[in-house]
Amino acid sequence: MNTIKRLAGWIWMALAPFAVWLLATTAHQEIARNPTVDTRIQWTVFILVFLPIAFGLLLFGWFAWKGEYDHLPESSAELPED
Amino acid sequence: MRLQQQDQTANPIWRVIGASSVGTLIEWYDFYIFGSLAPIIAAQFFPQTNPTAALLATLATFAAGFIVRPFGALVFGRLGDLVGRKYTFLLTLILMGGSTFAIGLVPGYEQIGFAAPIIVLLLRLIQGLALGGEYGGAATYVAEHAPDEKRGYYTSWIQTTATLGLLVSLGVILGTRSNLDANASVSVQKFEEWGWRIPFLLSILLVGVSVYIRLRMKESPLFTEIKATGKISKNPLRESFVHRANLKMVLLALFGMVMGQGVVWYTGQFYAQTFMENVCRIDFGKTRTILIWAIVLATPGFILFGWLSDRIGRKWIMLLGMFIAIISYRPIYKQMLAISNTKGMTADPAKGRVDRTILPAGNAEYSLVNVSTVAQFDNGIIEKEVRKDTLFQSEKPTAKGKGKTSKTLPSGLYWQMILLVFVQILFVTMVYGPIAAFLVELFPTRIRYTSMSLPYHIGNGVFGGLTPFIALLLTTIRQDDPLVGLWYPIGVAAVCLVIGVLYVSNRIDPNVND
Repeated sequence: MNTIKRLAGWIWMALAPFAVWLLATTAHQEIARNPTVDTRIQWTVFILVFLPIAFGLLLFGWFAWKGEYDHLPESSAELPED
Repeated sequence: MRLQQQDQTANPIWRVIGASSVGTLIEWYDFYIFGSLAPIIAAQFFPQTNPTAALLATLATFAAGFIVRPFGALVFGRLGDLVGRKYTFLLTLILMGGSTFAIGLVPGYEQIGFAAPIIVLLLRLIQGLALGGEYGGAATYVAEHAPDEKRGYYTSWIQTTATLGLLVSLGVILGTRSNLDANASVSVQKFEEWGWRIPFLLSILLVGVSVYIRLRMKESPLFTEIKATGKISKNPLRESFVHRANLKMVLLALFGMVMGQGVVWYTGQFYAQTFMENVCRIDFGKTRTILIWAIVLATPGFILFGWLSDRIGRKWIMLLGMFIAIISYRPIYKQMLAISNTKGMTADPAKGRVDRTILPAGNAEYSLVNVSTVAQFDNGIIEKEVRKDTLFQSEKPTAKGKGKTSKTLPSGLYWQMILLVFVQILFVTMVYGPIAAFLVELFPTRIRYTSMSLPYHIGNGVFGGLTPFIALLLTTIRQDDPLVGLWYPIGVAAVCLVIGVLYVSNRIDPNVND
């Protein structure tokens, strides 16, 4: 199971840039189709919000690949304190 | 367990649940009435003829829903982990109630010009911030009072509040809209002129009662203990999102559970309503009553699945809900279309009629004409098309403007539609009922409020909140398929399902005191 979890990490890492590319392409098409301020604002908000989420997905995939999810912590004793 | 039991005498669990749930329900009510009354608010504050006002309207819609909610989660989550749960979610309640009440008082664009949309935008942003801070506080507060073996059951009461908040907002709006005058159309007209303010102003009474109840509550026993022993996090944001061990759990919560839950929630309770109104063309009032019935019938599901999650674990209930939603959305929506279809049906000429009303426009040159065409089809659906146009003195009274169609379903089809929406809300109860307990158990007490609030509001506010917009966008790209909008929630839920199955644990944390 841990091998599958790690290998699937590559899928999540690939999905993140793909999602950004899809979003950017659609935004470009939609703004070209209807170049109003409303459309620009909507798509700017979408991209601004989704960029950090896509980075999070990339990071999630990286953690999975590195085996960070092979074992989930069962107690706070396993977590670091600031 | 020990701490929670000691606290039972000071803060009985049902008082804790009541105080938390009522406040959270009011916050959802406040948030939804703005959304439900968006067209009326837009006409009052954001006239489309003025580009700057229209721009502010777009910001009010998008910024409050998508950007500000996660920021609220960070701001108030941090505060909740530093100062305490009780005072933080008291503050969010006051901010939400105060800004909602204030929206009801703001004069319109015609009275004070640009100040009106700017004030409303600012108040809407405060609403978004407050909502971002409320849920995590309420869920944490209840979970930290609940005995370990009933955490799913007790927190599921908090989970009913988002749905019941929607229900109360629909009920108050429908009730006010239809009771301002004995004549139904005059009542609607009065509601659009000034009556829309009543649901906003009513909020202050509800918030007042809730603040009074919450003030009498004590702080969470687990937070009190970590505060007394000096174990409070010095920097909850850094600890939650910089330390790898916590960050990986935040990411797992978001991608492995909450984003799927968010799209299922918004599809069942918002997209279904939009679809009935805009695609099936069912009458405004009827779509609301269909949703109200479905919500009332499905709400016990939250408690049932919360309770069940204490016995068999949270993971598989939520993922099963997601799975059934993925495979059944398209057949359900196809059936919704079939039920409301009138194409190819025969209209009964004896029951059809055309009414023309000429409205004086204060001008000798022309008047406005309202043409209403009513047809009853052989499946019992009554379809009403209203067209408005300008009538010049020399012309015959015919309307050429764009028509607006609304359908009224006969009793049998109406109940079939309720059943189809009910099933979707049942999926919502499966994915949403156990999620508070699931999130609470993922994170330690000292950073719990911060850590669980952010993924919750990204999953629900961003992934879920975008459902109607992306679904609509997809229908403009593929106009031949009215169900194409469903691919967004299906796709997001499918990715989440795979991540959840692979990485999320079904273990019920026996100790959230740490």
